[in-house]
Amino acid sequence: MSTTISENSGPSGAAFLTRLGPWLLRVAKPLAAPLAGIAVFLMLWSMAAQQIDTSLGKFPGPVAVSEQFGNLMSEHLAEREKETAFYERQEIRNADRVAKDPTYEPRIRAYTGKETFIDQIVTSLVTVASGFVLAAIIAIPLGIAIGLNKTVNAAVNPVIQIFKPVSPLAWLPLVTMVVSALYVSDDPMVPKSFVTSMITVTLCCLWPMVINTSVGVASIEKDLVNVSRVLSLKPLTHVQKIVLPSSIPAIFTGMRLSLGIAWMVLIAAEMLAQNPGLGKFVWDEFQNGSSSSLARIMAAVLVIGLIGYILDRAMLLLQRRVSWDKKSALR
Amino acid sequence: MITTRSVADSTRRLILKSTVTAVLIAAASGVVSAEELGYPEKEELKFGFIKLTDMAPIAIAYEKGYFEDEGLYVTIEAQANWKVLLDGVINGQLDGAHMLAGQPLAATIGYGTQAHIITPFSMDLNGNGITVSNDIWAQMKENIPHEDGKPVHPIKADALKPVVEKYKSEGKPFNMGMVFPVSTHNYELRYWLAAGGIHPGYYAPHKGDTSGQIDADAMLSVTPPPQMPATLEAGTIYGYCVGEPWNQQAVFKGIGVPVITDYEIWKNNPEKVFGISAEFAEKYPNTTIRLTRALIRAAMWLDDNNNANRPEAVKILSQSNYVGADADVIANSMTGTFEYEKGDKREVPDFNVFFRYNATYPYYSDAIWYLTQMRRWGQIAEDKPDDWYIDVAKQVYRADLYTLAARSLVEEGLAKAEDFPDFDSETGFKPEQSGFIDGVTYDGSKPNDYLNKFDIGLKQGDLL
Repeated sequence: MSTTISENSGPSGAAFLTRLGPWLLRVAKPLAAPLAGIAVFLMLWSMAAQQIDTSLGKFPGPVAVSEQFGNLMSEHLAEREKETAFYERQEIRNADRVAKDPTYEPRIRAYTGKETFIDQIVTSLVTVASGFVLAAIIAIPLGIAIGLNKTVNAAVNPVIQIFKPVSPLAWLPLVTMVVSALYVSDDPMVPKSFVTSMITVTLCCLWPMVINTSVGVASIEKDLVNVSRVLSLKPLTHVQKIVLPSSIPAIFTGMRLSLGIAWMVLIAAEMLAQNPGLGKFVWDEFQNGSSSSLARIMAAVLVIGLIGYILDRAMLLLQRRVSWDKKSALR
Repeated sequence: MITTRSVADSTRRLILKSTVTAVLIAAASGVVSAEELGYPEKEELKFGFIKLTDMAPIAIAYEKGYFEDEGLYVTIEAQANWKVLLDGVINGQLDGAHMLAGQPLAATIGYGTQAHIITPFSMDLNGNGITVSNDIWAQMKENIPHEDGKPVHPIKADALKPVVEKYKSEGKPFNMGMVFPVSTHNYELRYWLAAGGIHPGYYAPHKGDTSGQIDADAMLSVTPPPQMPATLEAGTIYGYCVGEPWNQQAVFKGIGVPVITDYEIWKNNPEKVFGISAEFAEKYPNTTIRLTRALIRAAMWLDDNNNANRPEAVKILSQSNYVGADADVIANSMTGTFEYEKGDKREVPDFNVFFRYNATYPYYSDAIWYLTQMRRWGQIAEDKPDDWYIDVAKQVYRADLYTLAARSLVEEGLAKAEDFPDFDSETGFKPEQSGFIDGVTYDGSKPNDYLNKFDIGLKQGDLL
């Protein structure tokens, strides 16, 4: 944009400025309020932090937290270097052993070092995505079935209403025990802790999707249903051509709600069950009780918030793309 | 559930046929490593630990590559509390763990969760302390004799007794924290309190009472180590017994004052052990010997050249994936000094012993001391003959495995024979020990005699 302005405006600097002014205003105006908000928040935060003395030192302000972001990043890079060295040593050791014992089949074992902050973020994202997808696979067909049939609705509704408000922390011990009892294998594909976190997430984010889908399906316009009847569409075609398209906005509203819940639930579950992820990172730092612990926890809090926000926006974007009802996806 | 029960059943059978089994296992592992030590049967292992400085041998064996030298690829994982850690080893999620000395013993005799857990390696001596809140310290201090303006150490619980009595007369429970019902800390705190005439309370598992507060003057309850300082600060407890760095952290945070270290309660007392399940040792004999070798080498490194490596160890332990506390807090106890009241730093060169004085050898007499304390406070409800104590000790403390590992290290020139006990003549029983704060002597071969020496505690023939 700026290049075109300078090319067109030629030698006249004044003209350039007069055109730049409104442009800046146009770009800056919508940004001004949020930026001011953030600035005020940072100021309040840093002032409040000064006032709070904990037994681990002063509450971390923005500067301390940004320092920890740097530390966390450099720890991550250092760990990756150690990882490379680990694999190199392993190859040498394997080669030695093959030389002594030719029947040995060398195997490369995964790195045994610690998970860095970045690794924990990735773990949490993968877990939340798997739990959410699993929930969607169960919830959407179930919701459609409920929405289409009043009897099914009456039968299933009480159960849903009872399970919907249950906190993830109540599910967790049960899920943990059931997973350890049923998920037994010598060489498991994914670790038990992952399965536990994932199922806890699924159980908690199932319900908004079921309810929204069923409501969406139940409130399809009568005209459309009648058209389907007149054409005597087969049940599957009816769902495909009539039900799904018309209930898409409701389904997406449910999915957005669910994803938000999934992310909140996951952090709590990881914290309580000590399963790998951001929740465990927070708990570990709390247990460490070092002078930088609070700043590191605060860094994690910001990242958790940011990721939650990005997930929500991504869902919204998807909704706008897919759904025909643009009104329902404004905020 | 089913597996736990079958393990429990087989353990019961094991106890019945204990001597036979012990001989058989010893013979089996002897055959395996009679010649050169073979490759490990299981190469990828996961070990658990609790955030305490005495987990150091595991961290050092990893960081210094001793595990890798044995062909072991070990992942080290912090555990939430001692119960979670023990369950992990029992159900196989963990291959081994940093454990309280009482844990393998209690599990094997079926106090708490029943499972046959053994230890081929004792992890350290000493390393714990008792801390009280600032308020209690101010009240205690009036009863402590002073010299040159500083309190005379060791401080006995006699100084605490009037304070506890005051709380009792006001009808307020005097709450203290320890880390686990069968923890070293529980027994040390009880020993110290009882030596000062404060009754720490009995357990009565046969009546379903496992609170340990029957007849108690001071109410002891469980708090996980890393949460001790926060719980003290919240006023839920008035004092606690815990390992480092959580006593030093109370000083740094200015929320409490350590009054005594366990070195002063019982000089060079055995502390943590490395616990694995008996099943694991049987299934993977080479792996067991190899991990013991790596841990012995780590312990040697920690005490090498008169603690010359300790500053480096402190740096490693302060990493967030190990203990994670500030390096200067950890350094306080790891490098031979201990800070009591703020500014009152004293030399305690043997506060953390990892290798010298045969610290890593699993002595039967050490195991028996823990069993006597379980009996003293009622966790073992009924009388047991001396033979029973010795049998259990031999079943759990596997000096035979340690001997195999140490010998192979000596053969390969990685260690010197004079650094270890003389294995040909070692009985596993230390000579009669003094060095307890109450002056009572301990002979591991006569547990019942020992129990009869105490004023407070169950004696031979007592049943609650």
